[in-house]
Amino acid sequence: MIENGIGASVRRKEDIRFLTGKGNYTDDVNVVGQTYAYFVRSPHAHATINSIDTSVASSSDGVIAVFTGDDLAADGIGPLICGVNVTGDDGEPHKAPAHPALAQGKVNYVGDHVAVVIAETLDQAKDAAEKVEVDYGILAAVTDTATASDDAQQQIHAEAPNNICYNWPFGEKEAVNDAFSSAHKIASLELVNNRMVTNPMEPRAAVGDFNSGTEEITLHLTTQNPHVHRLVLSAFNQLAPEHKLRVVGPDVGGGFGVKIFVYAEELVVGWACRKINRPVKWTSDRTEAFMADAHGRDHVAFAEMALDEQGKFLAMRVKTTANLGAYLSTFATMVPSYLYAFLLAGQYSTPLIYSEVKAVFTNTAPVDAARGAGRPEATYLLERLVDVCAEEMNLDPAEIRRRNFIPVEAFPYQTPVVQCYDSGDYPAALDKALNLADYEGFSARAEEAKSRGKRRGIGLSSYVEACGIAPSAAVGQLGAGVGLWESAQVRFNPTGNVQVFTGTHSHGQGHETTFAQLVTEQLGVPLENIEIIHGDTAKTQFGMGTYGSRSLAVGGVAIAKACEKLIEKGKKIAAHALEAAEGDIEFAEGNFSVTGTDKSMNIAEVAFNAYVPHSYPEGLEPGFDENAFFDPLNFSFPAGTHVCEVEVDPDTGVVEIIKYSAVDDFGRLINPMIVEGQVHGGIVHGVGQALLEGCQYDSDGQLVTASYMDYAMPRADNVPSFDVDYAPTNPPDNPLGVKGCGEAGAIGAPPAVINAITNALGIKHIDMPATPENVWRAAQAAS
Amino acid sequence: MEMISEQRIAATREKVWAALNNTEILKQSMPGCESFEAVGDNIFEARITTKVGPVKAKFKFKVELADIKAPHGYTIKGEGQGGVAGFAKGSAKVDLTEDGIETILVYNVQASVGGKLAQLGARLIDGTAKKMSDEFFGNFNELLSSEGSF
Repeated sequence: MIENGIGASVRRKEDIRFLTGKGNYTDDVNVVGQTYAYFVRSPHAHATINSIDTSVASSSDGVIAVFTGDDLAADGIGPLICGVNVTGDDGEPHKAPAHPALAQGKVNYVGDHVAVVIAETLDQAKDAAEKVEVDYGILAAVTDTATASDDAQQQIHAEAPNNICYNWPFGEKEAVNDAFSSAHKIASLELVNNRMVTNPMEPRAAVGDFNSGTEEITLHLTTQNPHVHRLVLSAFNQLAPEHKLRVVGPDVGGGFGVKIFVYAEELVVGWACRKINRPVKWTSDRTEAFMADAHGRDHVAFAEMALDEQGKFLAMRVKTTANLGAYLSTFATMVPSYLYAFLLAGQYSTPLIYSEVKAVFTNTAPVDAARGAGRPEATYLLERLVDVCAEEMNLDPAEIRRRNFIPVEAFPYQTPVVQCYDSGDYPAALDKALNLADYEGFSARAEEAKSRGKRRGIGLSSYVEACGIAPSAAVGQLGAGVGLWESAQVRFNPTGNVQVFTGTHSHGQGHETTFAQLVTEQLGVPLENIEIIHGDTAKTQFGMGTYGSRSLAVGGVAIAKACEKLIEKGKKIAAHALEAAEGDIEFAEGNFSVTGTDKSMNIAEVAFNAYVPHSYPEGLEPGFDENAFFDPLNFSFPAGTHVCEVEVDPDTGVVEIIKYSAVDDFGRLINPMIVEGQVHGGIVHGVGQALLEGCQYDSDGQLVTASYMDYAMPRADNVPSFDVDYAPTNPPDNPLGVKGCGEAGAIGAPPAVINAITNALGIKHIDMPATPENVWRAAQAAS
Repeated sequence: MEMISEQRIAATREKVWAALNNTEILKQSMPGCESFEAVGDNIFEARITTKVGPVKAKFKFKVELADIKAPHGYTIKGEGQGGVAGFAKGSAKVDLTEDGIETILVYNVQASVGGKLAQLGARLIDGTAKKMSDEFFGNFNELLSSEGSF
């Protein structure tokens, strides 16, 4: 039996340094001679820049340089890119207006980058930034998602008529319309998916250091994908060739998607450190994060379901307007298209689905992937619509779900929206969740609450998500500029300990523990002798980083494959040492042994022999160090049912979550404690969206939720202690039998919470966030 | 935001109107005003230091008197840049009504902010605009009542 292997709830190795202040975050990085950058940002949502006068700022105390967009352009530093194309209904690529890192004659949102001041101290940079005189010609602002493409709206980019980035229809329109015309009933719902600011605990930061002797730039970044940053900054922004650019993402304090993207500040810091030949540091303050981090969600949608007499779903059609903000962020266009519409089948056997997505530009911060990215929007819409269907058909929400689930025997199941689910047992998760939630006993609890003047509600959400985006060929066909495989190198040192280099990146997920457990299980090396290394392009081979719950399902398999190669090579080395035939060597729990004998040698001895090959198989390469790349056959399809029970105070509108039960299918669990932590965090993220969070711009485009005074993040007292359980199935398309778990909670929770509130109040719908004010108003209107 | 309030001033409408067009009185009435100079016909430049919630800023305001209907009233409009603090825009429509030997001054104020002021102080702008306009017209009333010469 392997200690601390697969299935063990090992305490996270990395927490020792995180909890004792020994983490090394980007802002902890200080370089001798370092200077500080501060960005002059637009206070206007939409304006032309008539002139920028930097003369007073440039001669202020401590100022080394003040740069504007003209300086970047003069050095040929390219605009920021969007790495995915979505072809619209006009057959043209999506509209991608230029996205300069520093403004070129125009600003398009509050917080847009106008100039950068670099000084000896941060205070001097801030003081001088006040002296940069910008003459703006103010234009009308577009902020409302639903009306952004109306004819009367101000035009933002000349390249995008009516502020439309793309119109993207998908599915069989005619067949869907036919099904609707002959349906027994049609359920419909209009809803908003509220705009979120992702708010990782650690704000974004960058430290650039140029070595004029080697011509190399070292760029420390808050990144979820150092190699992707390096690739984009090199190939598209002309910052430096890949071999002269080192990107280091040391410890990163939470990402949730927001640190995938290549931002203006990162490019400017990287460029400026060479320009002034001194290290440059920039750390975002919290208000800057609210203004200029990529935001998430922000959809307005209308959804309809056609039903037969038994409540079976015949067809679904959805019209969605998605706000992409002022410019296209790095992966913006794929979020409300491929990552959204392809998930609209959910857990159901709905045979026909038609979706139209209109993506619009507005004078707001760019919108891109945020925990779940498209899938929370699809799940929220679908799971809310299913509850409306249940109401229309007078069926219990659990029953209508059960009637429409894809049956277990139908897997692998081809949905009408591209995805082919490899595995799942949706009724099993539903049954277990209902049991965990004591669904049967709800009516008695509701009666009891009523006697206290409270209203109880219970809500279900049966979600499926598609993570570990793959395979590369399919991703390429969809218009992505990258492949989505993963890499690993597993290196024994001569003394028998192991360094594992992964192309994924850990920013809170616990890879240093989970991946070490995988290696322990496979190679039998004790956990404490294994080090997981990531996040530095100078140390690790090329990798795609971490997002979309891909690290274990894709990166973990690459590690396992490298381990297999080591075992194969080890057998040759052991056979030679033990004077046996290679075919007679067995490997188990760290030992190579000769079948049927007591002769064996430990893998550490094998490693030593490989590095000190005095007596060694002829023709075999020395060394014990293998790498592997893994390109999956398919996405990973975690699924589950979440049940939320709330109590609403109709007099105050306050919603209390009394009980939250989650039953998920994540396949095989490597570290159940880490998985449960991911589930907890995901649910809290989803509860935040459902009850509290909502990014607001006023009609002039001013961001009025730019601090924690006005933007409410979830806190411990907003959630109960969760009841978490699992209903695993074995995904045939994943060699490790694992599925992603990082986003599931954020996907499953919002509809579960809102379904519970609509159930409590007996109303059709309430938009998120269901703040006390919104709930109170809805309760008043209903009574 | 929009708000209406009034001051009863112990002076005739003619006197109040004259004071409304007296740069020195306007300057003294304006809270935090460091300078107030005419730069054109009914156009002034004012430097004002003020605090909105957590944001303290020096504003350079362009002030304009418009819709002048002597001696019934006018609209005083201001637009100011406060550096990194952002910007503020506002106007006060002033109406004078005779009430015997006294005058009732009704002011209708609109204000909006942008940049950091909106991000950190948007919630506070209504209160701040009300406080500042009440202070302005209160000071104006006091100056007029105490200085019989106007």
